[in-house]
Amino acid sequence: MNTTHLSWRDLASEAIAGLASRPARTLLTVLGTVLGISALVATVGIAQTAGNRIVGSFDELSATSVVVTNESGFWGGGGGPKASFPRDAEDRISRLNGVNAVGVVGTVSVGDALASTVKIDDPTARNEFQIDVKAASPGLLDAVKGEMRMGRWFDSGHESRADDVVVLGPGAASKLNVYRVDQQPVVFLGDQAYVVMGVLRDVSRQPDLLNAIIMPEATARKHYDYTSASTVQVDVALGAAELIGAQAPIALNPDDPKVYRVQVPPSPNSLRNKVEGDVNSLFLILGGVSLLVGAIGIANVTLVSVLERIGEIGLRRAFGARRRHIAMQFLLESTAMGLVGGIMGATLGVLVVVILSATREWTPVLSPWIPIVAPLLGAITGLVAGVYPSMRAASLEPVEALRAGT
Amino acid sequence: MTIVDSEAETVLALDGIGRTYISGEVEVAALAEVHLTVGRGEYVSIVGPSGSGKSTLLNILGLLDRPSSGSYLFEGLEVADLDETQRTAVRGRRIGFVFQAFHLLSHRSVVENVTLSMLYTGVPARERVERARAALAAVGLEQRADFTPTRLSGGERQRVAIARAIVADPALLLADEPTGNLDSKTSDSILGLFDALRAGGLTIVMITHDASVASRADRSVRIRDGVLSEVGAAEHAGGHAQNHIGAGQWEGRP
Repeated sequence: MNTTHLSWRDLASEAIAGLASRPARTLLTVLGTVLGISALVATVGIAQTAGNRIVGSFDELSATSVVVTNESGFWGGGGGPKASFPRDAEDRISRLNGVNAVGVVGTVSVGDALASTVKIDDPTARNEFQIDVKAASPGLLDAVKGEMRMGRWFDSGHESRADDVVVLGPGAASKLNVYRVDQQPVVFLGDQAYVVMGVLRDVSRQPDLLNAIIMPEATARKHYDYTSASTVQVDVALGAAELIGAQAPIALNPDDPKVYRVQVPPSPNSLRNKVEGDVNSLFLILGGVSLLVGAIGIANVTLVSVLERIGEIGLRRAFGARRRHIAMQFLLESTAMGLVGGIMGATLGVLVVVILSATREWTPVLSPWIPIVAPLLGAITGLVAGVYPSMRAASLEPVEALRAGT
Repeated sequence: MTIVDSEAETVLALDGIGRTYISGEVEVAALAEVHLTVGRGEYVSIVGPSGSGKSTLLNILGLLDRPSSGSYLFEGLEVADLDETQRTAVRGRRIGFVFQAFHLLSHRSVVENVTLSMLYTGVPARERVERARAALAAVGLEQRADFTPTRLSGGERQRVAIARAIVADPALLLADEPTGNLDSKTSDSILGLFDALRAGGLTIVMITHDASVASRADRSVRIRDGVLSEVGAAEHAGGHAQNHIGAGQWEGRP
């Protein structure tokens, strides 16, 4: 006598009939997986969308900035004397192809000299302040994408004449109570007077300028012990950062380009991956937990279903179903629940990403493999969840099952 | 494996079958030294009070349970030696079951319930439905094929169960208190259906606690405390082979 068997087609139709016979319960069971998968898909989608978004805004600023400093060693220490920049550093860098703007900046050591606007002795209010003094080249304003609130930045004329002029950062200006420049106000550094020719509104790079008094390099050399700038700020064309980063030190010091430290922006891809990684790891855990809860739900309901259908299991055994036929039927039912949950969850997750992006006017970004893999993940969840209930179902003895079930 | 001799005159032969259960530290003998032979086409009833061991006997006859001792030849095959897969195959292909509680799947249609007994025997899906509809016609329920069992009366449900039991063309029909849940009029109609099946050549073993139901069979066997004894032919009303629904239509079936 041959053994009994069950075709895949019959198995599938029995599993579907089993699920369809209790549609409300099947849907409720599937809900856990729907939530888990949709959370995962939405998480990945939002992370990718946000990653794309963040990179988009970073690109404009970060990807076009090359900074060369004379800090030697990794932390700028190194102990040795600092390498200086040539006086025509701005000119040398600006000749490189791909450079939009270049400027140098250095710190001026003014000793104990305090900054003030009016040399009066007022015991009721402080009018002398310790304010950082910077020396800059005429090109720096463009190189740091700075904006003037009033007045103007000094030009090569001021530099060549070593005029006693300064530009104030907005922080320094409010400390010194300078609100207008049309009357050519004067600030004192110690006893030396400087005409304020402009006040900055903002800078995108080199933010220490905002609280500083900035003067032409030649002026700094004239009055103080200023030898060289410490930083060269270069604004480059998009995509040229790597190249300029390699060329700039050679242009500045062909004999020994390694004395400078060059900061080039991270490539957009690695930045995007980092952002996605940060967002993903947080929310993937949430999605994973939801999925686990979904799996426990499926396992629970499949187990209840097995207990409810003990009579049916006994009947099927009486009609020639082998243990594996019973196990496979319940396993397929739980897998199908997981798959349906996965499909619904993936759909919901994609919708969430699209709707969220639409409300923020972002471009939704989602890897094409996610809506394909997500239902499979749901099916695997269902499969794993069904293992124990299926084994329970298969282990039932037909006599006991027929006696217990009605 | 022995080739099944389906033409043999003896469908089943129990020889010294015993079944003991372990209850705590006590060994309880549910069946003791049972000898029973049922010939092809015979209609045998096994009658006894509850707890007499008749369900145990039915489970062993239906290969749902293994005897603790003795020999069981089913169509000439020693089934006590078979492994579980082989026993399942014999059970699925050669034995039909009718239960007291009907055991119909309430969410599936009547015709789907009937096809279930052929699901594991390799009958193609289309043929399963055709044969199920024919079996339902034979029990007078062709109009109910697409109903769910919940819409049927008790008698109709048992007819569906009988259609399901006979549709796979078994060598033996085992009926466990088939009229236990039915009123006397419906019972009579169901017993008439058994008579018709008997007349069609089907071998039937029916278990009942009701002597009047048992008396409809060709031969009655009494079971008490796990011991079988033959009931004299004189006690039988006998000869209820007259069909209510045309037994002849079963004779020509493949």
